[in-house]
Amino acid sequence: MVRSLAGDGAAYATLLRRLNGHLRAYYLRRLGTSQAADAEDLLQETLIAMHARRSTYDTSRPFTAWVHSIARYKLIDHFRRNRRRAEEPLDDMEQLFSISNSNAVDARIDVDRLLQRLPQKTRRLVQDVKIRGLSTAEAAQKNSISESAVKVGVHRAIKSLGSEIQDEES
Amino acid sequence: MKTEDLIAALAVDCAPAPSRTVSRTLGLGLALGAVLSVAVMVLWLGVRADLMSAMSSGPFWMKFAYALSVAALGFGLIERLARPDGEGGIFGPMLLAPLAVMTALAIYQLWGVPEEVRMSLMLGATYKICALNIVMLSTPIFLGLFWALRALAPTRLTLAGAAAGVLAGAAGTFIYAFHCNESAAPFVVIWYTLGIAAVGTIGALLGRSLLRW
Repeated sequence: MVRSLAGDGAAYATLLRRLNGHLRAYYLRRLGTSQAADAEDLLQETLIAMHARRSTYDTSRPFTAWVHSIARYKLIDHFRRNRRRAEEPLDDMEQLFSISNSNAVDARIDVDRLLQRLPQKTRRLVQDVKIRGLSTAEAAQKNSISESAVKVGVHRAIKSLGSEIQDEES
Repeated sequence: MKTEDLIAALAVDCAPAPSRTVSRTLGLGLALGAVLSVAVMVLWLGVRADLMSAMSSGPFWMKFAYALSVAALGFGLIERLARPDGEGGIFGPMLLAPLAVMTALAIYQLWGVPEEVRMSLMLGATYKICALNIVMLSTPIFLGLFWALRALAPTRLTLAGAAAGVLAGAAGTFIYAFHCNESAAPFVVIWYTLGIAAVGTIGALLGRSLLRW
């Protein structure tokens, strides 16, 4: 944020994308997934408000507190507009930054990284069968090998990935 | 509009933000309002005729000191509340300090005079219009500060409105003191404080609706 205030557009874009994930999770959690459209509106409104008023951020204070105050203000404003009672606990600051639906993205990145370690042919098999969801027969046809070769290849690949993950974790 | 597009658009519009925006914006609102308020005071009420001779007296400076200290605390308060994560902190309770000093001074003065004179020390000659004039002179400053706050990001609207009112009231009092020729501490602590408190209350009431963003 400090770099963004100095006019660094790339840093600012990165920051906004990260906030985007946190804020979406925050609003979805508060409004419930049934009001996902409202949450998205609120998210955009909050991003615009932060942008327009970014100079009210005091660089000597925690940035997360500043973000949280604006997010919370916009949420309460939303409830008020919709004539609903807003009872927001004041001490939920950790929650905004502890949950994020970027987990799915992170998981995807991890899978891709692991797959890179497989030989190319085996990797393609795993991607076809396990990620794209092709049947064994389709995968066999696509890669012009026998069905049993697909089964064995995928089985070995998954096994070796499993042991790699265990190695990483231990 | 997709959120991803919005982010891209916002990131492009990333001119360096000027520093110290909060105090500058508030200062501008305060200054513009004060200029107007001084003009109204000079043209309509008029500066007190004995300004030069009064300047050498203690009570004259007492009034300015009171108004200035409240205004300074009010500015500290509003500068914090203009930020989303701003808490009033120490400045709110600190407002009681000048009030306590003035009250002590007023009691001391009342103590030292015969009972018949006490009422006149409290009411002076202008008690009917004093607080009203302060509210009137505070109005331009009040509007200037609200204009400034709307460009900033207060999240505690009632408190921020009250702080703006107290600051505007104190600044208006400061300006009014150039006109007002009362000099007794009991008068000042009652009627000046009433004027400031009135503007503060108006600010608190209007904050919630006028300061929304």
